[in-house]
Amino acid sequence: MSIATHISLALLLLGLAFWTIVVRDTFSAVAGFIPYGLLLTSAWLALAAIDVALTEAAIGAGLTGALLIAAASRLHKTEIAARAEQRGTITRILAAILATTMTAAIMACILRLPDRAPTLAPTVARHLAQTGVGNPITAVLLSFRAMDTLLEAIVLLVGLIAIWSLAPDRAWGGRPGQAQTEDPKGPLAYLARVLPPIGIVIAIYIFWVGADHPGGKFQGATILAAMWLLVMMSGLSDAPAIDRGWLRFLLIVGPAAFIAVGFLGVVVAGAFLSYPTGFAKLLIVLIEAALLPSLAVTLALLLAGPPRRPGRRA
Amino acid sequence: MTAAANLLTITAVLAGAFFFLAGTVGLLRFPDTLTRLHALTKADNLGLGLVVLGLLPRTGSVVAGFKLILVWLLVLLASSAVSQLIARNARRSPP
Repeated sequence: MSIATHISLALLLLGLAFWTIVVRDTFSAVAGFIPYGLLLTSAWLALAAIDVALTEAAIGAGLTGALLIAAASRLHKTEIAARAEQRGTITRILAAILATTMTAAIMACILRLPDRAPTLAPTVARHLAQTGVGNPITAVLLSFRAMDTLLEAIVLLVGLIAIWSLAPDRAWGGRPGQAQTEDPKGPLAYLARVLPPIGIVIAIYIFWVGADHPGGKFQGATILAAMWLLVMMSGLSDAPAIDRGWLRFLLIVGPAAFIAVGFLGVVVAGAFLSYPTGFAKLLIVLIEAALLPSLAVTLALLLAGPPRRPGRRA
Repeated sequence: MTAAANLLTITAVLAGAFFFLAGTVGLLRFPDTLTRLHALTKADNLGLGLVVLGLLPRTGSVVAGFKLILVWLLVLLASSAVSQLIARNARRSPP
């Protein structure tokens, strides 16, 4: 990409970020945030960071955007009352000073970074062959820094438990969200019939090429989750009640397999999450395959929200 | 042969860019939701199709070309379904 494209991309990003912050209406802010995520995807592509771009598009723009739209439409009723509240002048000046100081401090830190940033990239490149995977990002995520990825998967699960804990007592163990009353012959139902077969193939393809090319379980799982949500939203298949055994099993199978492989490392290779020589790729693929359904179900249920109606028909 | 491919790329991508521009102008200038949707879907579908057509000679492999066409078809499917949904909601709740 030429320098002009880079500059216009940066200007667009800054402008959209500014607009997202200053606009008063929550829904408009969300509407600015989603194209901001897509532009950020282009910025990562311009930096040749395709893995990051894929994740930003799937999770940053897509999934977070959908979560924020749901939040904004829920806040809509109380928003006018909240906007009428005006803080005192001193509070606002103090907040402005605090925010400006913070920004200045971050800018100063970035400007003071050494010209050649300290990097572990050559070390990773030298030891890539030992992991058996060809994509350095996957190697870092699942071998050199596997602990971070494990904690990430667990954090998502904790997030889902936090959302579920917002359920009213009578709905506990029930189905999330409202019952869908979508027209079974309408355009949404049509899309939900045509798109999932294609989406599932693409998700598994992205998951599978993740070992050697950009892609991986997180991006694949987001696509799977989107397909499932589409089917749920179109009313073709209801959201599952959260007390189902198969659902709980799918939620924990990924992190559980990850932890099990970690302890296997303690016995066989002498440290938590270290892989025995020659088996690294096999174990990495095993962990990724177990994480894929867990992440897909977790992400879809995060969006579906807390249970709000009884699961079994009375 | 190369010259012909280059000519196709330049013409098709320029025509695609024109449709994107026209769609954007329509989005900004048209008076209500339905006409804005009309401008956006027609122009974007055709615009993206022309850009894809222009990029086809540059892909270098047949698989990459099919991937580009698949992207276009998926966008067609998604945008037509989404504009149907938006249009239906707009009709149900007039401003």
